[in-house]
Amino acid sequence: MADRADERSLWRAARAAILLAAVAVAGFGLVALVHEATRDDIAAAAHARQLARFREVLAATRFDNDMLADVVELRDPELLGTTAPAHAWRARLAGRPVAVVLEAVAPGGYSGPIELLVAIAPDGKLIGVRVTGHHETPGLGDAIETHRSNWIERFRGRSLGDPPPARWKVRKDGGDFDQFTGATITPRAVVGAVSNALACFTRHRAELLAPPATIVPP
Amino acid sequence: MTPGAILRNGLVTQNPGLVQLLGLCPLLAVSTSLGSGLGLGLATLAVLVASNAAVAVVGRFLPAEIRIAVFVLLVASLVTAVELALAAWVPGLHAALGIFLPLIVTNCLLLARAEGFASRQPPHLAALDGFAMGAGFLLVLVTLGSVRELLGHGSVGGDIHSLLGWPAPVGVTVFDGRHGLLLAILPPGAFILLGLLLALRQWHRARRAATTSEPAPATTPGAARA
Repeated sequence: MADRADERSLWRAARAAILLAAVAVAGFGLVALVHEATRDDIAAAAHARQLARFREVLAATRFDNDMLADVVELRDPELLGTTAPAHAWRARLAGRPVAVVLEAVAPGGYSGPIELLVAIAPDGKLIGVRVTGHHETPGLGDAIETHRSNWIERFRGRSLGDPPPARWKVRKDGGDFDQFTGATITPRAVVGAVSNALACFTRHRAELLAPPATIVPP
Repeated sequence: MTPGAILRNGLVTQNPGLVQLLGLCPLLAVSTSLGSGLGLGLATLAVLVASNAAVAVVGRFLPAEIRIAVFVLLVASLVTAVELALAAWVPGLHAALGIFLPLIVTNCLLLARAEGFASRQPPHLAALDGFAMGAGFLLVLVTLGSVRELLGHGSVGGDIHSLLGWPAPVGVTVFDGRHGLLLAILPPGAFILLGLLLALRQWHRARRAATTSEPAPATTPGAARA
């Protein structure tokens, strides 16, 4: 008798396991199908998104190369604010470099790191700066975003010597850059990171402006 | 249950946001604007309809031991599919909703409806219940999102165009966002406004009960969860 009860509960367990496995396979199949159907569009959307960011930070600068493919990785935790390798994309017009777009992180944000894109011309002048990710307080620290204020535009045309290094700070610290009402920490972090990005450009200038790598990635 | 009762249940008497108080985390976190509230509401609605229908189809074959595991698997697969679809075709919305999109899996509303209703109903009624509950949730998200955006940014629907990738703004600007009430967009504002919304609903219910002089059914917020 006990044997039959054991057999029955074994059969129940096996049935449950098979059902669970069947649902798992069905769920996996659904996700695989959708993944297959969306893969190209997701890649295209990411590509378009990144290109739109480049266009914004590069303003009127014209370029004719595939910037997303013309990329080098930099590792400079001291100046780029991150230990992860940062990307530097090159914009070229007729083969000549016209700008470098650097990924930089301002580690000293009010609530976590602020991610930036910094576009620098070959002569070391800033073309533009954009915030790509932050957790600053809405209504106070988010004036670094372009749709809240044009604060971030004041970097355009600046370089390491303009203003002189001692004044690459917010006004409150004796520098040349305005902070905004209610927030000093956020602009301080951004100003510091932009100045560091410029220093990083100077340090790695040769590598950043080198012709594109001839080895085509597979 | 009749289709009409199911609809009334989801939208009013058992509204997930105002009565059952299910899925409060996304409700409070994402309702910073009409656009993002609408986006998450629609995504949740879509998953809820599909998961309820799927659960109703397989529910009757499932032994009790693996029922919840199967529901979680179904919900997770559907949410992943919706997330991939949004990433491909509405990338702006996908980026704005961020982590709260995959977190639809953990919205207790989905498991509550699967276990409490869909597993014992025919698929078409289960799907209708998913629609009603999803619409009820969407309604609260949209209300809260509109009020918070209006108070905080001075606009309604001001970010819809950027979520959908449209070139021109479609929202209404009521006043300059710089004079907005910051509290409304911050998390405490979400709690305060949801509290006010709950109070409003209770007041309305009490008034109606008084005029019809019928004893109101026990639908105290949160009671359904206990």
